[in-house]
Amino acid sequence: MTIQRRELLTALGTGALAGLAGCSGVTGDSDEGGAAVAGETLTLTTTTSTYDTGLLDSIHGDFEALYGVTVDAVAQGTGAALESARNGNADAVMVHARGLEDEFMRNGYGVNRRDLMFNDFVIVGPEDDPAGIGGTGSATEALTTIADAGATFVSRGDGSGTHTKELNLWEAAGAEPGGDWYQETGTGMGEALNVADQQGAYTLSDRGTFISQRSEVDLTVLVQGPIEDGPEVLSNPYGIMAANPGVHENVNYDLAMAYIGWITSPGTQEAISSYEMNGEQLFFPEAVSEDPDFQQYVPEGWSGDSPDA
Amino acid sequence: MPIDPVVPLLPVVVDSSSTLFDLPFREGYVSSIVYVSLYVSLVAVALSTLFSVPVAVLLGLAEFPGKRFVKSVINTGMGFPSVVVGLVVLFAVSNQGPLGSLELVFTREAMIMSQFVLATPPITAISLAAITGVDGNVRDAARVLGGTRLDAALVVLKEARYGIATAVLAGFGRAISEVGSVLIVGGNITGADGISKTRTLTTAIQLEARQGQYETAMLLGAVLVALVLTVNAVVVRLGDRGGRR
Repeated sequence: MTIQRRELLTALGTGALAGLAGCSGVTGDSDEGGAAVAGETLTLTTTTSTYDTGLLDSIHGDFEALYGVTVDAVAQGTGAALESARNGNADAVMVHARGLEDEFMRNGYGVNRRDLMFNDFVIVGPEDDPAGIGGTGSATEALTTIADAGATFVSRGDGSGTHTKELNLWEAAGAEPGGDWYQETGTGMGEALNVADQQGAYTLSDRGTFISQRSEVDLTVLVQGPIEDGPEVLSNPYGIMAANPGVHENVNYDLAMAYIGWITSPGTQEAISSYEMNGEQLFFPEAVSEDPDFQQYVPEGWSGDSPDA
Repeated sequence: MPIDPVVPLLPVVVDSSSTLFDLPFREGYVSSIVYVSLYVSLVAVALSTLFSVPVAVLLGLAEFPGKRFVKSVINTGMGFPSVVVGLVVLFAVSNQGPLGSLELVFTREAMIMSQFVLATPPITAISLAAITGVDGNVRDAARVLGGTRLDAALVVLKEARYGIATAVLAGFGRAISEVGSVLIVGGNITGADGISKTRTLTTAIQLEARQGQYETAMLLGAVLVALVLTVNAVVVRLGDRGGRR
């Protein structure tokens, strides 16, 4: 939607007036002026990839209307999103790093974990592909080739789900990332893609963010993820968990469970699968299935026979 | 379309013929983040002024041991990194923190708290400089003419008003332009309807930059500059009017 001159002026005017109103209301109720919030508020901490692709904004309206509530989605990156919940500052968490999710569950901070949806990671780089990884069927092989060639690689370096995946891949490849060619940016995916673009570097990206930004950068997919028949190791599953009300008694557990029920329902899963950007589907729902899937409730690889039980 | 560097920022922003304003934002989005920015910063600065100016008057007029130390603590406060302030406030309002029961995390109130902490050192320090800069004879004259200590303080305050206005503007500038603490304690939240809850201009700029949308980030930056410019112009204008009386 375009903002025309008049709308802008109105916007600035109301902004100024509202500011003044806020000023005179110092002694009054500091909540005035915001949208009237009927009912409760769900605080959902999540990753930048679900938020920045616009998915959550597009589906949350339904949930808010259905329950008469507000969803506060805080986009933080997987590490920070889980940490917020550990400190009792989130009611539900939607992230994409199974290892970190399992640790969170094992430590008792989360309950009722569900598999939500997936997409995949891709290794992108400049079109001229200086290290020659194009067409490689293996992600680890591609990384080893990049390391051997000393070609510039941009790492998120921010403890996000994508960063965690990248580190796991380096470990699996048996290569030690480091040296001049390995650059940690400590930024979001969009910025990391821009940095990689400017430096003619390689990077690991979730497919959603890459699709949403492809028109802005001269990078191309060199190693595909499983959605395009790439290696399974590049899959990118998202999970959702409620904060454990036994640990933090004032988390909004009822609303968190309502949210988890809603987002894993057939209707919402359908809405997720029909969310597109630039004509491409970004997320593939996996909560609705005829078959049992016990593994979504427990740490990966856990079974009743394991010594953990 | 390239931005002509000769053209001042303000006309660029309000020029309706410019295609620059085809922003991918929903109606009400920009105005709501402008509102949140102004609301949080103005409330924080107002509260901080109510606290800082009396403190500056006390410090400026009283003599006591350790005064230099207090001064240097305040001056150090001007250099507090906003991210650290944000972390400290987050710790305080977090569910497990001392103020956890108030449930302030990711609210505007928490943002006001962190901006209060950020704005107070510059407002106090610059007010203090303005007050100590007032000629000692002024105070003495007030006392000689039969004024009380309070009268003397008020006279000094009146003499120092321009310096104090500068102090308040400096505090406002610090509050509205910082991004680190409001991002941490506010969470940069917008509702699904595109209306900001705790998103300010600075955190919106940070969000656009994170997504690599540098052009929209720059436009929001221009809105922020225009806003600060407007507030400064209003304050200067009020000051002039007051001076003529």
